Amino acid sequence: MENDLNLKATELRLGLPGSDEPERQMIPRPNKRTLSDIVSEGSRSTTEEDHQDTAPPAKLQIVGWPPVRSYRKNCLQGKKDEVEGGTGMYVKVSVDGAPYLRKIDLKVYRSYPQLLLALENMFKLTIGAYSEREGYNGSDYAPTYEDRDGDWMLVGDVPWEMFISSCKRLRIMKGSEARGLGCV
Amino acid sequence: MHKKMAFSFPDEVLEHVFSFIQSDKDRNAVSMVCKSWYEIERWCRRKVFVGNCYAVSPRMVIRRFPEFRSIELKGKPHFADFNLVPDGWGGYVFPWIAEMAGAYPWLEEIRLKRMVVTDESLELIAKSFKNFKVLVLSSCEGFSTDGLAAIAASCKNLKELDLRDCEVDDLSAHWLSHFPETYTSLVSLNISCLGSDEASFSALERLVRRCTNLKTLRLNRAVPLDKIANILRHAPQLVEFGTGTYTADVRPDVYSDLAGVFSSCKELKSLSGFWDVIPDYVPAIYPVCSKLTSLNLSYATIQSPDLIKLVSHCPNLQRLLVLDYIEDSGLEVLASSCKDLQELRVFPSDPFGAEPNVSLTEQGLVAVSLGCPKLQSVLYFCRRMSNEALVTIARSRPNFTRFRLCIIEPKTADYLTLEPLDVGFGAIVQYCKDLRRLSLSGLLTDRVFEYIGTYAKKLEMLSVAFAGDSDLGLHHVLSGCESLRKLEIRDCPFGDKALLANAAKLETMRSLWMSSCAVSFAACKLLGQKMPRLNVEVIDERGPPDSRPENCPVDKLYIYRSIAGPRFDMPPFVWTMDEDSGLRLS
Repeated sequence: MENDLNLKATELRLGLPGSDEPERQMIPRPNKRTLSDIVSEGSRSTTEEDHQDTAPPAKLQIVGWPPVRSYRKNCLQGKKDEVEGGTGMYVKVSVDGAPYLRKIDLKVYRSYPQLLLALENMFKLTIGAYSEREGYNGSDYAPTYEDRDGDWMLVGDVPWEMFISSCKRLRIMKGSEARGLGCV
Repeated sequence: MHKKMAFSFPDEVLEHVFSFIQSDKDRNAVSMVCKSWYEIERWCRRKVFVGNCYAVSPRMVIRRFPEFRSIELKGKPHFADFNLVPDGWGGYVFPWIAEMAGAYPWLEEIRLKRMVVTDESLELIAKSFKNFKVLVLSSCEGFSTDGLAAIAASCKNLKELDLRDCEVDDLSAHWLSHFPETYTSLVSLNISCLGSDEASFSALERLVRRCTNLKTLRLNRAVPLDKIANILRHAPQLVEFGTGTYTADVRPDVYSDLAGVFSSCKELKSLSGFWDVIPDYVPAIYPVCSKLTSLNLSYATIQSPDLIKLVSHCPNLQRLLVLDYIEDSGLEVLASSCKDLQELRVFPSDPFGAEPNVSLTEQGLVAVSLGCPKLQSVLYFCRRMSNEALVTIARSRPNFTRFRLCIIEPKTADYLTLEPLDVGFGAIVQYCKDLRRLSLSGLLTDRVFEYIGTYAKKLEMLSVAFAGDSDLGLHHVLSGCESLRKLEIRDCPFGDKALLANAAKLETMRSLWMSSCAVSFAACKLLGQKMPRLNVEVIDERGPPDSRPENCPVDKLYIYRSIAGPRFDMPPFVWTMDEDSGLRLS
């Protein structure tokens, strides 16, 4: 094997920010991320804008590193229910009609518009605008969530902080089915 | 029909001889001797092992082995444990259950690892196999307690129900009540992964009381400390026990009750659980410590002095799982107290902290390697390492079969010399001639792979992250490691050249995983085209790989040999490179 192959064209290096290695030339990608956008687990869909809003954490987390299984990480933070702390708040997201579930980290988002935009990007669908009176009327899909009491609510009905602390899982329903949940 | 040689054995004799051969590898070897041995062997194989559920189809297995009673299947790649495999990737067990339901009414045992198991699958198992005895689900997901209720209600001969490390939708703890009152055959129950707060203690107690053959009981965190005494009182014959949450207000009566009940468990060899443990209740287990061979304290958030006291009471320990709270000092005590130690796993208490929170370094691992002559399997998380330490470890412990070292910060150099850790890991592969599994970390150049390719001739599984300089590294491994079956790589600068030059090697392995490396889409297509017996799967959540230039690296790549052809249950973010993908090249 020759050592002098020019592998630069396809070379991909991931140095950590602050490491001594010189900047690498990244292959252009449609959703281009800089090295400092190595994100915490689960949140693959945040936009560039979100990262500018968020102050970078003291230590950047790489997906799946160190290789510790999630049930171990959860247990070190306290009881399984209380998923507070630096490693995120994961909830499952299902979409009516889609065969697979996704998991997202709610801690990455700061507001409903950010979350909804991320969901739209992740699942390639339109959710549209929320109104207090009519919910997501007129949209193809309406995001709903199950809260701590087991009730299904429309995303957006309660203040953001309350939503974050009570949301157990998300379900994106077809617009027609969600009508009954809208608050009037 | 050819004439049998005069000195050959009748089939029944051969079958009887084969019945003593249990290991899968040996069975496979036997079946390759000649056609008649192949025939005899396939009719009498009772246990089937399928290391990759996509390597073969259920129908093919059923056709070849018409009378098996036990099956073991593995699904997702190992890196799925660390969230590198997106949800929905695959590994569904239902098609297997559906095929077996018709063909094998006498199936007794199902063991699954990293598979998606739905309630529908569990219900089908409960309905289809009248003599069903063993269900072991390891790191599986996709089912709820409803599915478990179906198993409990229908499987009258169930002996073993083990849900280790599964993700279960905890709808209700009442599934336990679905075991009929007449049911008494339980030997092993592991529900440690269940989370439900509202636990059905009375159903659990009644179950334990009437199943007098119960040998293994691993409870979940929801079972409070004061319930353990009641449960253990009715099961003094237990050999393996896992507590629930091990904390309560400190009360002398609760303590003495607990200590008393542990004293009466004369057969206890293995303990686990200990969530939320407080030091005051730890001495309650001292009566059983001298007989313990296995201790799992990996959830026990107690500090070094308490861990040291505990470990000093366990001279017969063979297996210890513990958090890094044990510190170097605790590992030194372990090294001097536990001369029978074979397996040690030290987990990080603060994996994401920037600074070390405990005094656990490479010294602890050196101490244990020097002091424990039988040590053969290690999983160790720490924050610093040196070549000197690794060489000492390798020289003193050439009997390592599994060596997994995780230095928490990627690309950490030797802290004494600031050099890469190539020489240290090189010593490990050079001295430990029986090494079967190795995980690398720290700052590593292509040189470490040269050592591995040269020396690691028995290596079967290699895990690599943030290492190497060029394709040469990957080439050394693929061309040198004769026994390699599983290779998983993330964030390394390995690209097309080494992969394509060693394409044939991939057919001798179970699987290869590469993520965040430098393999181009063009190379994936070429590989898929040239190697029809490999499934080359590209996983990319950014969208179709052909929407980007061909020389763009793919996000994740999973290659495995298969005689079942490409699979059909792929989600939208997985593409398989098959023979005609070449036609789409522009």
